[in-house]
Amino acid sequence: MLGYLGHPMTDAIASPESAPAGDALVRVRGLTTRFSGRAVFDGLDLDIPRGKITAIMGPSGTGKTTLLKHITGQLAADEGELWVDGEDVARLSREGLFKLRERVGYLFQNSALLTDFDVFENVAFPLRQHTKLPEELIRDIVLTKLQAVGLRGAARLMPSELSGGMARRVALARAIVFDPMLILYDEPFVGLDPIALNQVLKLIRTLNETLGITSVLVAHELAAIQQVADRVVLIANGKVVAEGHPKEIADDGSPWTRQFFGGEPDGPVPFHYPAGDYAADLGLGETA
Amino acid sequence: MTAQAKRRNLLLDGLAQIGDAGLFLPTLLAAVPRSLRYFRETVRQLWFVGAMSLIIIMTCGLFVGMVLALQLYHVLEIFGGTASTGTVVALSVYRELGPVVTALLFAGRAGTSITAEIGLMRATDQLSAMEMMAVDPVAYVATPRFIAGIIAMPLLCCVFSAMAIFGGHLVGVTWLGIDNGTFWSNMTSNVDVWKDVIDGVIWKGLAFGTVVTLISVHQGYTTPPTSEGVAYATTRTVVASSIAILAIDFVLTAFMM
Ligand SMILES: Nc1ncnc2c1ncn2[C@@H]1O[C@H](COP(=O)(O)OP(=O)(O)O)[C@@H](O)[C@H]1O
Ligand SMILES: [Mg+2]
Repeated sequence: MLGYLGHPMTDAIASPESAPAGDALVRVRGLTTRFSGRAVFDGLDLDIPRGKITAIMGPSGTGKTTLLKHITGQLAADEGELWVDGEDVARLSREGLFKLRERVGYLFQNSALLTDFDVFENVAFPLRQHTKLPEELIRDIVLTKLQAVGLRGAARLMPSELSGGMARRVALARAIVFDPMLILYDEPFVGLDPIALNQVLKLIRTLNETLGITSVLVAHELAAIQQVADRVVLIANGKVVAEGHPKEIADDGSPWTRQFFGGEPDGPVPFHYPAGDYAADLGLGETA
Repeated sequence: MTAQAKRRNLLLDGLAQIGDAGLFLPTLLAAVPRSLRYFRETVRQLWFVGAMSLIIIMTCGLFVGMVLALQLYHVLEIFGGTASTGTVVALSVYRELGPVVTALLFAGRAGTSITAEIGLMRATDQLSAMEMMAVDPVAYVATPRFIAGIIAMPLLCCVFSAMAIFGGHLVGVTWLGIDNGTFWSNMTSNVDVWKDVIDGVIWKGLAFGTVVTLISVHQGYTTPPTSEGVAYATTRTVVASSIAILAIDFVLTAFMM
């Protein structure tokens, strides 16, 4: 296993300077995914720049979580290619994939804390699995991360004793405990009160600025995204339909962004999941 | 769907599950070297499936032995053979009742909790979270429980059998007045350590432990990630384990005779 000092965290610090401008940490080309015949992605092309915070937005059910699963190799796409840090994820062996995942933090949409362990052990879990650090050092690292999410005092609580927002912050502490090169946040702001939200935003910023960690942020909160993200990508109907600076994307004039950020039901993004004729479904077809 | 087609579907489903569980076995075994790193997890599971099952196993063992002695005493009385009560209790317990009843209780007590626990871990994304932290959930979650079950079952069989003999002694000697010396000497001269105790308690115990834990772990690991899925998987663990125990018991007995 990798020793702590040999951990790619050091590479992550070095990479923003050494990487050529426009270098993408995650590169997606022609990604196509179908679930029981329905295409979730239809030739998606996307670049996630190194050392930046990229926000991914889109209507729910559009495949944002699925995209994160593709990036981490939890799910194979039907077609297309996906590179993370120069490695073709689909071609990696299981060992290769695990090596890659040691350098990637993932915040699950539903926290996914291990219910057998208390908060402290949940955050310590990746450290205990992949390093042989002495107990005091593990303690220091874990308490630092818990302090960063404001839950140092909750270290001995069990996951069942946490509220949704607290569990999310613990999951966040766990995702960053290794200072990975890439962190994927799946809806990190859901269930956070404004104070916790601000702290989490600050944390995401700090991780990015001090360690140069590349971040991918799936979220719906435009105001929060405008505070941290360098770039926003809007996905709808299986493709990237708009991208740009978070402050400008909302009024770039395209029908997609006008509808999405204006919250209008009619437009290019269908509000309804694909369905047959409504009247026929209600049995009104014959009587009419 | 006609009733016949439904029945055929059920049959095919069952066969597919058996095949799937059979394919899961090599996966579990292949993860054994990797799960040696999680030795403490295996010990913890041994505590949960073994030590925590002790009370139910001991109580049931005691009552099975008591009722067996009671029934046999009155049957043997007809032939004037009450002195053999101890022998018959011991033989039935070592050869059949010990391993079979222990395995059935084990499936209900430990098997269901293994299935429900792994199933809930699946439903709440904990297994995916481990995958994402580069920890193999088969090696960390499935294999330790599998090993613990295999170790625990023969030991629980021994405890069950000991308690059953004790129960038989309690009823036969203390209550019904069989001579203490006759009870033990008849038993010790007619029970063979290899043919009865080792074949019955140890080998059958190992076989049942392997099958029950394999079914439990497999059902939990492959359950659909919903509360309904976990409920069905838990039921299937008990049903499939019970059938498997009795069927395998027949085959093993036939070979051991
Ligand atoms: N394992 C799966 N099997 C079938 N369909 C799925 C599966 N996972 C996701 N989907 C479908 O893919 C679409 C995208 O899901 P998801 O990525 O979770 O959306 P979101 O953008 O809200 O995170 C949804 O329509 C969902 O129904
Ligand atoms: Mg999602």
